[in-house]
Amino acid sequence: MKKLYASPAEAVADVFDGAVVMIGGFGPVGSPAKLVFALADQGARDLTIISNNVGLGDRLDVLFENRQVRKFIGSFPFRTWGSKTTFLVEQWRAGEIEVEVVPQGTVAERIRAAGAGLGGFYTPTGVGTVVEQGKERRTLNGREYILEMPLRADFALIRAHRADKMGNLVYKETARNFNPVMATAAEVTIAEAQEIVETGALDPEVIVTPGVYVNRIVQAERDEVRWFDS
Amino acid sequence: MKSDGLTRELIALRVARELRDGMVVNLGIGMPTLVANFIPEGITVIFQAQNGLLGYGGIAEEEQIDPDLINAGGQPVTLMPGACFFHSADSFAMIRGGHVDMTVLGGLQVSEKGDLANWMVPEKGVGSIGGAMDLAAGARRVVVAMEHTTKDGQPRIVTECTYPTTAIRAVSLVVTNLAAIEVTPEGLVVREVAPGITFEDVQDASEPRLIRPPDLREMEL
Repeated sequence: MKKLYASPAEAVADVFDGAVVMIGGFGPVGSPAKLVFALADQGARDLTIISNNVGLGDRLDVLFENRQVRKFIGSFPFRTWGSKTTFLVEQWRAGEIEVEVVPQGTVAERIRAAGAGLGGFYTPTGVGTVVEQGKERRTLNGREYILEMPLRADFALIRAHRADKMGNLVYKETARNFNPVMATAAEVTIAEAQEIVETGALDPEVIVTPGVYVNRIVQAERDEVRWFDS
Repeated sequence: MKSDGLTRELIALRVARELRDGMVVNLGIGMPTLVANFIPEGITVIFQAQNGLLGYGGIAEEEQIDPDLINAGGQPVTLMPGACFFHSADSFAMIRGGHVDMTVLGGLQVSEKGDLANWMVPEKGVGSIGGAMDLAAGARRVVVAMEHTTKDGQPRIVTECTYPTTAIRAVSLVVTNLAAIEVTPEGLVVREVAPGITFEDVQDASEPRLIRPPDLREMEL
């Protein structure tokens, strides 16, 4: 069982055209930038990308610049301040790509549901809004809910602080965000980590993502971009 | 109207009067972040950030900045003793599950039933939902901090939201530059007016009929 890969390029080599790809991170924090750059170089097309945001100091817009993306699903695809725009916005305005805006908690829980083997869940979030369109509404214990379905992926690209060679992961501070749930919801989970340590070197009490969820690990330094530089 | 009413800072100061000792509070992006500067003396509140952090302190100074430690507005922050981290699904379970006592959100429109619109200006064509819908639906108390009217004088206190809604029947209290307005089953009750502002000024700047309670008072700031 080989999990340790020599480079981000090798780790993403088999991402295929039309694949659904989750990418962790909240802005630049916890975003697997080196894997994103490797995916851009690799060139797979017609991708569906699931991620919280694009253009908030993350590097995801390079995938739109390369015209590799067919559809984006996330909570913050459009930044509505500042003069800078993204390739995502240009392509969406031109009708070239599809964008699904989903409440952030619903993004996270749909991913969690997929990883946990659930068929969906009822949430109060989005009742009476555009998010409800086309979904079942149900009253449970006097409260209104809508049915949301799981989100799964062919590949998840995530970032951790430390990984051991079994793929057990720990994170740093708010760089955790979407990474642990995405790890559970993809056929192939690929983690870049600041540091890779020997198996047994991580305290079992503090491991956040059990290695069973992680198929590939690769060492990568954190990207230096900051939110407001983007 | 003799005055424009409160500045953004004074709106935040008035919102901060809603804080109680021990509350778990999530502050939205924009004017709501200013509320952290006006925590009443003698009380401790615990700030939640939906990117997976409970217990952040002030905004980090340049030499304190840790690139992996931000709040949900992307600002580098510091930690209070007892702070902890969790992933996004746990963070929104905390929010939806009623474990956040109060959220302060910005607003574009609030209706007389307490519907909130704050994620999209239709003329711009695009908007991002972020955590707003989960916070508005899940926090125990939703307080909105906003300007009372648009830049061209249109009311933001409306009969029905014409902008896309964030949540329906969600808002408890609205604090604007003109007034503090409570959403009740009977309608919108003007609890307090800003110094130099009358009830009639507030009514003139609002679309629905507002309720004037016998104990209407001027805000103490």
